Amino acid sequence: MGSEGQVIAAANTSFGGVISYLTSGSHWHGSTGFLDRIIQHLQYSAETLLIAVAIGLPLGLLSGHTGRGGAVLSMLSNASRALPTLGLLTLFAILIGVGLEAAVIPLVFLAVPSILVNTYVGIRDVDRSLVDAARGMGLRPWQVLLRIEIPVALPLIVLGLRTAALQVVSTATIAAFVGLGGLGRYIIDGQASRNFAELGAGAILVAAFAIATESIFLVCQRFLVSPGVRARTS
Amino acid sequence: MALLTGIQPGALTFHFHKVSDWAWVTSHIGYFWQLSRTHLYLAFVAVAIGLVLALPLGCLAARVPRIYPPILAVTTMLYSLPSLAVIAFLASSVTGLSDTTVILPLATYGLAVLVRSVTEGLNNVPNEVSIAATAMGYRSMRRLVTIELPAAVPVIIAGLRVATVSSISLVTVGSLIGIGGLGQLFIAGENTDFPTEIIAGLVIVAMWALIFDGLFLLSGRILAPWARRAR
Repeated sequence: MGSEGQVIAAANTSFGGVISYLTSGSHWHGSTGFLDRIIQHLQYSAETLLIAVAIGLPLGLLSGHTGRGGAVLSMLSNASRALPTLGLLTLFAILIGVGLEAAVIPLVFLAVPSILVNTYVGIRDVDRSLVDAARGMGLRPWQVLLRIEIPVALPLIVLGLRTAALQVVSTATIAAFVGLGGLGRYIIDGQASRNFAELGAGAILVAAFAIATESIFLVCQRFLVSPGVRARTS
Repeated sequence: MALLTGIQPGALTFHFHKVSDWAWVTSHIGYFWQLSRTHLYLAFVAVAIGLVLALPLGCLAARVPRIYPPILAVTTMLYSLPSLAVIAFLASSVTGLSDTTVILPLATYGLAVLVRSVTEGLNNVPNEVSIAATAMGYRSMRRLVTIELPAAVPVIIAGLRVATVSSISLVTVGSLIGIGGLGQLFIAGENTDFPTEIIAGLVIVAMWALIFDGLFLLSGRILAPWARRAR
C-alpha cells in the first residue's frame, strides 16, 4: 500500500461534490437517471425476494411444523454467511453469462437462508402448550399451522423477510459489477471512471433505499402481528 | 496487476470442462498467501475494534437496561446499511481509498453483533452467581470483570464467531473499489473470464472463515468448559 495508497486517496471529492451531484436535476431523469435506476433496483429486489419467499417460506413452515431439518438449516445459514457475495456473483456471471439471469441465482441463494431459518425457529419455538391446546380443541395439523403457529411466529417470520430483503438490496448493488442495472451502477461506474461524486451519490441512494426497505418492513410488522403476540414478544 | 501478468495466455480462453486449472492454482500459492494476509489483517482489525467498543457498551447496557433499546436501534440501523454503499461513500468523500474505508463499516457490523452478545451474555448470568459474588465481598467492578464477564464468555464467543465469519466474507466487497484482500481474485477472474481464479477465491475465503470459526469454537470450549456440560 504505502505511498501509492496515499496518492490515490488524495483523489477523492468533497462531501459537497457528492451532494451537488445528487441534487443536480439532470442526474435524476433519462434512462440512466436516478429515477429509472431506483425503479430497476426495486424491480430486481422485489422479483428476487418473491422467488426466495416462494422457496424459503414453505420449507421453513414445513421443517418448523415437523421439527425436522434444523441441523441442515443451520449449516445452510452458516454457509451463506461465509461465502462471499461477490465471489458467487462473478462465478455465476462467468458460467452463465452476464445479466439478470446470472445474478438472480446467487441473489436468491443468499436470501433464502434468513427466511428459511427464521421461519423454522419461529414455528419451532411456538409454546408447545398452545399447540397442544389447539390440538385438544380438535384442530387439524394444517389448522394448527395456519391459526396458531404462523400468527405466533409472525414476528420472527417478518424479521426473516426483512433480513432477506436487506440482503437482496445489498447484493443487487454489488451485482452491478457483473452487469446488472440498478443503483449499484453509479458505484461501479463511478469507481471505474474515478468520478467520486457519482460514487458517493450512488452510495447515498443505496443507503436511502435500504433504510426505506427496512422501514416498510417495520411498518408491515406493526400491522401484521397481532397485538397479543406483540405484547408477548416485546 | 501482478496477477494479470501471472496468468498463462492459454488459461484466458474459457472451456467448460476446464473449470479447475490446477497448474494455475499451485503456481499461485504465494500470491494467495499474500492476499490472505492483507485480507485477514483488514477483517481482524475490524472485529477487534468492534469488540473493544462492544465490551464497555454492552456492560453499560447490561447495568442500565434503559439504554439498551436505543443502542440496539442505532446499531441495527447501521447494520442494515449495505456494505458497498458505506464503503463507496467513505471512499468518495471521507477516508478515500485507504484501509480505513473497509475497516470502518466492518467494525460497525462487528459492533452491532457483539454489543448484543455482550449485553445478552451478561443478562443471562444467573442471578445467584452475582449475589454470591457480592456476598463474598466483590465490589461491582471486580465482580463484573472477574465473575460476570467470564460467565458470559460462551455467548460473547458465539457473537465473535458470527462477526468474524461475516467480516472475513465482507472484506471482499472492498475489492470493488480497489482495496484489499482475496476479493481481487473475483475481480481479476471476472475481468479475464477465468473461473478457476474465482473458485480459488471462494474456497480460500470459506477456508479462512471455517478455520477461524473453528478456532473460536475451540477457544470457547477451553475458556468456558462448563457451557458444554450444562447443555
